Amino acid sequence: MIISERKPLDELQEAVAPYQNFFLIGCGACATVCKSGGEEEVFQMQEWLIEQGKAVTGSMVIDEACHLLRAGRDLRHHKLAVQEADALIVLACGGGVQSISSQTEQRVIGALNSIFLGNVRRFGQYEERCSLCGECILNETAGICPVTTCAKGLLNGPCGGMEDGHCEVDAELECAWHLIYERLKQQKRPGVFARRVPPKAWSKRRKPGRHKL
Amino acid sequence: MMSQLERQLTAGTFTVTAEVAPPKGTNVAAVLDLAESLQGVAAVNVTDNQGANMRLSALALAGLLQKNGVEPVLQVTCRDRNRMALQSDLLGAAAFGIRNLLLLSGDHSRFGDHPDAKPVFDLDSVQLLEMTAELMMGRNMAGKALDGTPQFFPGAAVNPVVEPFELMFQKVRKKVESGARFFQTQAVFDREGLTRFMQEMAPLEVPVLVGVLLIRSAKMAHFLNDHIPGVQVPAPVVARLEAAADPLAEGVAIARDVVAWARESCQGVHLMTLGYEDRIPEILAD
Repeated sequence: MIISERKPLDELQEAVAPYQNFFLIGCGACATVCKSGGEEEVFQMQEWLIEQGKAVTGSMVIDEACHLLRAGRDLRHHKLAVQEADALIVLACGGGVQSISSQTEQRVIGALNSIFLGNVRRFGQYEERCSLCGECILNETAGICPVTTCAKGLLNGPCGGMEDGHCEVDAELECAWHLIYERLKQQKRPGVFARRVPPKAWSKRRKPGRHKL
Repeated sequence: MMSQLERQLTAGTFTVTAEVAPPKGTNVAAVLDLAESLQGVAAVNVTDNQGANMRLSALALAGLLQKNGVEPVLQVTCRDRNRMALQSDLLGAAAFGIRNLLLLSGDHSRFGDHPDAKPVFDLDSVQLLEMTAELMMGRNMAGKALDGTPQFFPGAAVNPVVEPFELMFQKVRKKVESGARFFQTQAVFDREGLTRFMQEMAPLEVPVLVGVLLIRSAKMAHFLNDHIPGVQVPAPVVARLEAAADPLAEGVAIARDVVAWARESCQGVHLMTLGYEDRIPEILAD
């Protein structure tokens, strides 16, 4: 799921300053689960705006804000309230914000920062395991992604900064290559260590991405 | 034509390298004088935005050294350049007559003075070595023929005293397979660890210059332990510095110990004296 968090309030304050009336949009998918853009957070945003002396013309939580056409349809369902607003505030990931901004001419304010594609450890604790690089090496690395979990994304083993199996960037983190090494050893197979891994084909991760099945 | 570094290592002469850092600005006179003043040194490493701190280009300084008749070892990291920029810079280095390279992954940008920079790491150090070998065969990474083929003496770095040893050493093997012709190590303070490493290195027949770091005070030792990736000053060494009336002299004595171990089992030393280059003769004296 896409992990997002609310932007700092001072940044939001600046963004809402020129406007008076707002329509609020949350997302029922990722942003609801990581409590940055569900019903509750939309309500909190409304309270905060009122405290700032602003008005809220209405709100909605879209099932999946990343769905382009559904976002447009839901906006039309709230046509009047949307039109009354000077700006729409979207509590969704960057994808969700752009679903909305592509469906309306009105000013759209994104209220969240999208951080990463996250696995859920428990509520409020997320781990980045995959960076959607387009060329998956997991079958060779005992199911641990070095592209994402090595701070440098190295492909041929740990850097010189590994100390006692920990990462040079964050001593609290285990070195990804240490984890890969230990697990492959346990599985009694050489895996990725059997070959020199060539440079990554970043062309596989075309930007902007488009995909048709 | 071989570089002096390559000649000495090939001949089996005990070889000394030192290192200088480019200035954080355009005043290169002092560092050029310093490099010229170094005695008994085969080549001088030029660090590449060391510790992820932005400085004048290593390639530019290495080019100036080369012009002044001081043989450089150009350090090249993967942190700040993608594969195209790395290839361009290596061709540029060859055009300056630079032969010796030390090919590194590089410290993460998070440690330096530009923590918001986007770390590149398009290649890792093994891939950088392979790319260099390709260039030396007259091809770029895209397989295209080069108009003029560079000749280099490529080296790699290793932290020889690290656990798990086997995990570190598999990368050493990959670096050798990818064309590393010499190693310069991270600072070493552990004789047994060094011995173990050199035993494993023996069959690979690649010369090793042991990293010798001059620590001027116990405070610096603590700083290294807390902030510098890959450098661990063991407690007994810290204790020696703490107990010493003249910590710098004790640091020199510690460095002399490492040089003595290197004379027994290694092909040379790489001196990191960080502003105390005047102590180099003393560190190297038999």
